[in-house]
Amino acid sequence: MAPHSGDVENARLRAFGASARRVARRDFLRASGLMVASVAAISVEGVEAFLQRPAAAGPYPDPDFLQLDSWIVIRPDNTATFFVGKTDLGQGTGTAFRQIMADELDIDFAKTSCVMGSTDVTVDQGGSGGSDALQTDGYPMRRVAAEARRVLLEMASTHFGVPVTALAVSDGVVSTKTGDSADRGITYGELIGGKKFNVTLTGKNTDTTTGRAPLKAVQEMKNVGKSPRRDDIPAKVDGTQRWAVDMKVPGMLHARNVRPPMVGATLKAIDESSVKAVPGFVKVVSKGNYVAVVCEREEQAIRAARELKVEWTPPATKPFPPSEDLFTYMRATAPSSSSAPTVTGDVDTAILGAATTLQAQYDIPFQGHTAFGPAHALADPSNGQLTIYSNDMKSYGLRNGVARFLNIPREMVRVVWMQGPQAYGRTAAEDAGFEAAFLAHELQRPVRLQWSRQEETAWDTKGPAYAISMRGALDAQGQVVALDFDARAADHNHVGYNEHDTVLIAQLTGQRKAEPARGRASFPSDKYAIPARRLRGSVVPLPLAWETPVRMGNLRDPDGPQVTFASESFIDELAAAAKADPVAFRLGLLERGTGDDAGHKRVRSIACLKAAAQKFGWTPRPAPGPVPTADVVTGRGVAYSYRSETVAVEMVEVEVNRRTGRVWVKRIVCAHDCGLVINPEALTRTLEGGLLHSVSRALYEEARFDDTKMLSVDWVSSPTLTHADVPESIEIVQVNGDPNPNRPDLPHYGAGETVCKPMLAAVANAVFDATGVRMRRLPFTPARVLAALKA
Amino acid sequence: MAAITLLVNGKRHTVEVEPSTPLLYVLRNDLDLTGPRFGCGLGQCGACTVLIGGEAVRSCVRPVSQAANVEITTLEGLSKDGVLHPIQQAWLDEQVPACGFCQNGQMLTAKALLDKTPNPTDAQIREGMRRTLCRCMTYYRINAAVKLAAKRMA
Repeated sequence: MAPHSGDVENARLRAFGASARRVARRDFLRASGLMVASVAAISVEGVEAFLQRPAAAGPYPDPDFLQLDSWIVIRPDNTATFFVGKTDLGQGTGTAFRQIMADELDIDFAKTSCVMGSTDVTVDQGGSGGSDALQTDGYPMRRVAAEARRVLLEMASTHFGVPVTALAVSDGVVSTKTGDSADRGITYGELIGGKKFNVTLTGKNTDTTTGRAPLKAVQEMKNVGKSPRRDDIPAKVDGTQRWAVDMKVPGMLHARNVRPPMVGATLKAIDESSVKAVPGFVKVVSKGNYVAVVCEREEQAIRAARELKVEWTPPATKPFPPSEDLFTYMRATAPSSSSAPTVTGDVDTAILGAATTLQAQYDIPFQGHTAFGPAHALADPSNGQLTIYSNDMKSYGLRNGVARFLNIPREMVRVVWMQGPQAYGRTAAEDAGFEAAFLAHELQRPVRLQWSRQEETAWDTKGPAYAISMRGALDAQGQVVALDFDARAADHNHVGYNEHDTVLIAQLTGQRKAEPARGRASFPSDKYAIPARRLRGSVVPLPLAWETPVRMGNLRDPDGPQVTFASESFIDELAAAAKADPVAFRLGLLERGTGDDAGHKRVRSIACLKAAAQKFGWTPRPAPGPVPTADVVTGRGVAYSYRSETVAVEMVEVEVNRRTGRVWVKRIVCAHDCGLVINPEALTRTLEGGLLHSVSRALYEEARFDDTKMLSVDWVSSPTLTHADVPESIEIVQVNGDPNPNRPDLPHYGAGETVCKPMLAAVANAVFDATGVRMRRLPFTPARVLAALKA
Repeated sequence: MAAITLLVNGKRHTVEVEPSTPLLYVLRNDLDLTGPRFGCGLGQCGACTVLIGGEAVRSCVRPVSQAANVEITTLEGLSKDGVLHPIQQAWLDEQVPACGFCQNGQMLTAKALLDKTPNPTDAQIREGMRRTLCRCMTYYRINAAVKLAAKRMA
């Protein structure tokens, strides 16, 4: 039997580790079915020696995370492939994993490769999320690599007939320390001889998986702290990269969704005759309010989706208030839930007795993922199982969710993770994965589904809107004595990752769960010492919870940018009221702290603030600067936060055109402490992208709607940062503020999301410094800035 | 359906498609040239960019019938004899891509820009590139890579 095309894809994943995200054209052609593969073709490429698990024809049991062979393969040619259950979304985590695992294994970095995120060949480490790739998952990866080294050294001990302590290893070659010429070095590849390790590990889950070998001291790690180039970039530059969106299999059909034209509408009738004449038309699939068209060719499906005549019954009630009225609505509507307040001291009494009191309200609209490439997936049932080719960053969740949704055994389903457009949280890639699986299951043919631009921009999940009220008080010396934070988040029915009962198709087909998730309102993250402080949060519902494009899901942090905009803007307002320099004011609040400093976050915050100020050349003075007279005025702003263990301080210089209202972030300085840095260059670029994403959110991004439909539907109606906005300079200072920076167990924390938090406030603070005008409603569009300047 | 002859990356292809089909789908699905990508289908983002007669063209809104018998270059045709084009090399050296999905459009737009303006000012780069979007926000590195490529191509 000729193997299913997916089998070859699977074999390729195993055999061409490094090129899993850099697929050679020839292999892809086989995988895509354009060239029919044969068993012989696989065997000549020597795959079988490295097959870890039963044939990929399915079913697809979970790789056993307690088997060393599930994590590491060493070939006779002394190359190693690491199999990790994470996904690299373009931050270089795959390269970083190779660095830390090569170090623990003691093998030449250049001879390693990394296979990521496909559910049948890599253990379930959850895919990506929470910026935890190195902070959490890096450790089991290091431990299994160290264990492989230990086992190989035992083999070498037997080979040489000397104790392990008499052996030395360098770049995967073991020799005796005595240097006896008769004992020529032996490679790892020769030692394992094309066999498996057959070593059982221990641990309750993939986070705690371990062998017996200890980890290396940081000082002994050769590749850590160096910047080998990211291994995914060459194929993205030379055009050979194959993405999930490029995947083709024999007999594949193309599908497009048809969404209701007004939110909350009910399907009344479909006139299939309206598309029967479209060339290549195959079928209209509908269930509940879910409608899709399927055609032979992509452009035919696009045409059929456009021309299909569907009658919808409008909803009885409006789904949401217009986005222009959102914050009035949020402040007037009874919360659906509230979280327990966090209280230190007596805020109300402190405010009553204070020399100066201040209050302000901040409004942060819904902002979308707005992926650059609309959501897509290919689902292939043609071997009696179900393979989904997807870029969803949580491929394991997609597999489990689809199995539950279709009510089929999860061993029948595998997700082949492939590269895709940027994914920073719960994107619509998940919805498209379920939809493609549903259609393929219905038609029993491979179906490739892609959303339209309008669908992506309108219907992807949104970061929740926030209406935040703050009060604060200063004593006669200008010290902060009280801070009162009260957030309302429009986060009712926040959808989780790959939930079989909240994905869009589950909602539209009537298979959704009964009770919406409560959602939450988050609190700021800082280490300021303030004697009286109260943090309150509640969630307000929109009128329509289900089948709505205003649906909340995790977007990069996922609440940090919103709450930090309010908290760090307000700290700046307090500093201005105290006529204090904004950096010195924050430094004072940090240095007043005397309590427990777990993870050294307070001292690391101080170190970052000082490092940023030094790089920026920050000279102390209160904001705002001199009263502006010119058309184009300049200002500077600072903001700070942390996420988990990672600290970021950001300083910006902005130009504000008082005639046009345009804000240009001209210069960015970011001091960042994420503990041990694995690859400084890749980290720098990741931070640059995160910083600019938040500049985009500060200046451009808002999901707009009237009271029946989305108004933000494409790049004209939903603008984003462009080349025209590029800062003149972005300077990243990688701080190591650990009190004992040379300790051998210096941890590697997460990076990627922390920098997204302070920027919105940093820009607002700089606009205030430049103009004396405080912007409290995002985004700072030219119209909004002009209105504020005139007020 | 009509038989249409396309000249892509120095090769001649004949395809049987509806003449109104956007060039993008023919390149991707019939010729398996997946450098150009679908981003919006509206000519707004640049993901689908190809070069036609030295111009950066958005293939998602260009009917295939209007692309017949003219030389089309896709990302796959940018390197010559296995050697990266200086723009690609600059992209590699600056480690520009994050997810990389938009970079086809970035590199080909930069190619058209540098062919017309070999030594662009910063303002010319901003203007020339501003209609080609990136949601990973690699703009800062793209800007540097365009300058690096311009210097090397001088």
